[in-house]
Amino acid sequence: MTMQLARALAQWGQQGQVGTAVAITLVRELGPALTALLVAGRNSSGIASELGSMKVTEQIDAMRALGTDPIQKLVTPRLIATCVMLPLLTIIADFVGLFGGYLIAANLVDVPGSVYWSTAWRALVWMDVAQGLLKPFVFAFVVSLIGCYYGLRATGGTQGVGRATTQAVVMASVLIFVLTVFLTRIFTSHLVSSS
Amino acid sequence: MPADGLKPVVRFDHVSVSFDGTQALKDVSFEVPEGEARIILGAASSGKTVLLKTAIGLVRPDSGSVYLLGKDITRMSEREMFEVRSKVGMLFQESALFDSLTIEENVAYPLLNHKAIQCPAEDVERRVKEALHFVELDQTLARFPSELSGGMRRRAAIARAVVTGPPLLLYDSPTAGLDPITAHTIMALVIKERDLSNTTTLIVTHRYQDGLLMANFRYNPDNGQLVPARENGHRPQLRTRFIVMREGQLVFEGTEPELEAVNDPYISKFRKQGGG
Repeated sequence: MTMQLARALAQWGQQGQVGTAVAITLVRELGPALTALLVAGRNSSGIASELGSMKVTEQIDAMRALGTDPIQKLVTPRLIATCVMLPLLTIIADFVGLFGGYLIAANLVDVPGSVYWSTAWRALVWMDVAQGLLKPFVFAFVVSLIGCYYGLRATGGTQGVGRATTQAVVMASVLIFVLTVFLTRIFTSHLVSSS
Repeated sequence: MPADGLKPVVRFDHVSVSFDGTQALKDVSFEVPEGEARIILGAASSGKTVLLKTAIGLVRPDSGSVYLLGKDITRMSEREMFEVRSKVGMLFQESALFDSLTIEENVAYPLLNHKAIQCPAEDVERRVKEALHFVELDQTLARFPSELSGGMRRRAAIARAVVTGPPLLLYDSPTAGLDPITAHTIMALVIKERDLSNTTTLIVTHRYQDGLLMANFRYNPDNGQLVPARENGHRPQLRTRFIVMREGQLVFEGTEPELEAVNDPYISKFRKQGGG
């Protein structure tokens, strides 16, 4: 991204602003979306396959017969864990992304490191950070609940578990793309109205 | 109310259940008085498992009413149902032991999670060990279900079902997929539990010989063996009746001699399979 943007910005002599472009794109959009997609691939599938296996082997029925609400026992902890971890992972992803941008800027596109960091830092406002943290929080609901939903609805033995796993990843990924558009729209309209 | 005045523990009143447009149970009515056993026979997809799950409220009927331990559970919420279910033990078809828990944790699960049971923490270990001793699995406390054979898993699941001392036990195909010797061991445990605790029992099976064992044998606590319940050539009074399901409908209910006398080809298939 740094290499592509540096080339585009060079046309207007603004190569030094690459830190601005990278920081805004990463913190607002790519950090939350890419992290959520990676976690969806790993966790939605993991949750769907684990709960799906429990469903087809009657462990969910056994849980209900033995006095436990499967939603409370299986869904709630997964939802809470994802809501805590996805924003934290997004913060790490943002920093790693910014650092990667710095390495490229400093070594391949001749933008001094100090310029890169100062433009990146100045580009960010609190609303960007809020947006960058609220999005993963919403995506956490999607990733965990979609995995649980398809897992708990699995039928048809091991084949059904495989199907539930695939459906969970596809649905979670599509919803992340759709929701990121709506959330960005909400934030940008708020920025426009407040300016 | 049955003629002998015993309270029905389970009562189905014109119960119908359907899934995705397919009727799994069609207008099923029967009742099981206290201390009696019902052997539910039927071919695959005849509605046996659905019937058992409906009895414990895991499946909701579309019409009709289900009474469990004197309470109408048809319209109960899941939370209200937990209290009724604490008085019922169930063995699932594939044992349904929790993979991530040890055998000890699996057997302790109902004691620790059924709010209505309120087992003191210091009693849990003793009761778990007693239940595992009952099924002769004393040495498996720390093992995981995946480390046990199919028969051992079935026995551990029986221990989990009986650990709370429920007055009603539901067994879903307890001998399915087991070799004849292990299947006999499992049925011996079912009969032992029935005779020692006087529990009401519903057994779903496709093996007529399981029903014959229940109807004609009792547990002898002196030598720990099953012995014929016939005395002086008379039929026993074990109060075991047979129910036959076909495509979701209850097509027969009666005693072993009544079942033997039926000429219906579908029902007689089960007799032949049992060697009768």
